[in-house]
Amino acid sequence: MSESEAFPRNREAFPGNREAFPGNREAFPKSIAIAGVYEHPSRFSPDKTEFQIMAECARGALDDAGLHRDDIDGLFGASMSMGMMGIVDLAEYLNLKPDYIDGSNIGGSSFVSHVNHAAAAINAGMCEVALILYGSTAASNSVAIGTGMSGASRDPGAGFNGPYGMTTVGSYAMYAHRHMHLYGTTSEQLAEIAVTMRHHASLNPLAKMRTPITVDDVMSSRVISSPLHLLDCCIISDGGGAIIVTSHERARDLAKAPVRVLGCGEAVVHQEVGQPDMLTIAAKQSGARAMGMAGVSHSDLDLAMIYDSFTITVLATLENLGFCAPGEGGDFVSGGRIGLGGEIPVNPDGGGLSSNHPGMRGIFLVIEAVKQLRGECGERQVGGAQLALAHGTGGSLGDKHSGATLVLGTD
Amino acid sequence: MAERADIDHPLPYASWESRGYWEGAGRGEIVLQRNRATGFVQHKPRGVCMDTLSADDLEYFVAIGRGTVYTFTVTNQNQAAGFAEACPYVLAYVDLEEGPRLMTNIVGCEPDEVHIGMNVVADFVSQERDDDEAFAVPVFRPA
Repeated sequence: MSESEAFPRNREAFPGNREAFPGNREAFPKSIAIAGVYEHPSRFSPDKTEFQIMAECARGALDDAGLHRDDIDGLFGASMSMGMMGIVDLAEYLNLKPDYIDGSNIGGSSFVSHVNHAAAAINAGMCEVALILYGSTAASNSVAIGTGMSGASRDPGAGFNGPYGMTTVGSYAMYAHRHMHLYGTTSEQLAEIAVTMRHHASLNPLAKMRTPITVDDVMSSRVISSPLHLLDCCIISDGGGAIIVTSHERARDLAKAPVRVLGCGEAVVHQEVGQPDMLTIAAKQSGARAMGMAGVSHSDLDLAMIYDSFTITVLATLENLGFCAPGEGGDFVSGGRIGLGGEIPVNPDGGGLSSNHPGMRGIFLVIEAVKQLRGECGERQVGGAQLALAHGTGGSLGDKHSGATLVLGTD
Repeated sequence: MAERADIDHPLPYASWESRGYWEGAGRGEIVLQRNRATGFVQHKPRGVCMDTLSADDLEYFVAIGRGTVYTFTVTNQNQAAGFAEACPYVLAYVDLEEGPRLMTNIVGCEPDEVHIGMNVVADFVSQERDDDEAFAVPVFRPA
């Protein structure tokens, strides 16, 4: 039996919904494209500020697209420290006077949703060239993203979790325990994800952790929050990135081949009431919408960029996107199926588990997808990639979270 | 091996919407909200029914204080004050018999004895504080 027969990609759950969403041309008649991207090469920048990193990324993406700063009329951005009016401060720092401004922050998925928002704004004629930015010095500031940020809060809304010491890792760990309980998923299967991401990182000159690891290495690393080990957790780095979105008409005259925005979706999930099934995550809603809008099915996709804050995040997202049925994720991520050369290569850059994770990783999902679709990825290139999916998760799967999905394609 | 410390829970603070819950905990009760017209039960407490977005027919009631562990994790690392010294401790979700799911800690047993589906009962940790609030933190222990 071939692998595709073993996992028939759940076509009934996600038939592509071509009739409900007749595709990009109807939703976005102008046709939207990504014209420029830039990933900051640094993984540790103690001598830089967040805004400085963002400015360097803006410069990089403008050069990539062959555009000038004055072409930008839409500004989108979020960061771990940008609070109210942060996007206004960012416009000042970059000496920009955009006509369209979006500083929405739904966690690490924000930048995937920013592409969605930029596409809608460009389609509506509200702006023509949108710049999306992220920057962070999480590593050089020693931010304990996974295990140190819980604790007291005077915000009454946060008060119901605050007394109990929920860490970010702990939230995902509770998701993992539930999955193991219901489906018999094993720590070894989760470890396969970490091993695959590290292999990919070994092929990425920019990746922070490039030395190959084994399932045994993951299993023998210390347990941070059961059942998740140290090597089930993403790294913490500095870094940043930029994306330039514009109309396809404009993009086709620029420096690089346009990458079309074919479908997008976003969603939120919270665990508040009515005993929702924790294992159903935002990706189910946002993924169905994005794939339906694009009119594509799972077998059409050449690669998937999946937010990998933890190994379990990848497994949960693949199931909820419909790459396999609920409970089949453990088998699906094993046997090289999500590696380069496998059925659906996931995170050829090495992901947050091994390449970079400066606090919020959504922007890199889009950047790597675009580079793959342009064929710029050297040793880690997915041969002939024409169609990619990117899914960002913001917040914590075991608590409240957001999800944003994009389907991108070559001309 | 050194005896691990009990969790030093951060103090809860109440808005008028959450006051009923925390004052109830101070009395040793899990207080929930329900819509008396429809029977819809909700948590976290708020000024409107999540189902109707209206304050009409919203009332408080005392839950029986029993539930089952929906999922959990044994936390070995948390640098936050009050928790670092208490590792390993158990973070969990408990499904109450009345429906809502609470985040909580499981106490009164070894961490490796906790399992999904375990029957648990509410217990209440009182705290010293420098204001006049009579709150406590609900936790759960094996039934």
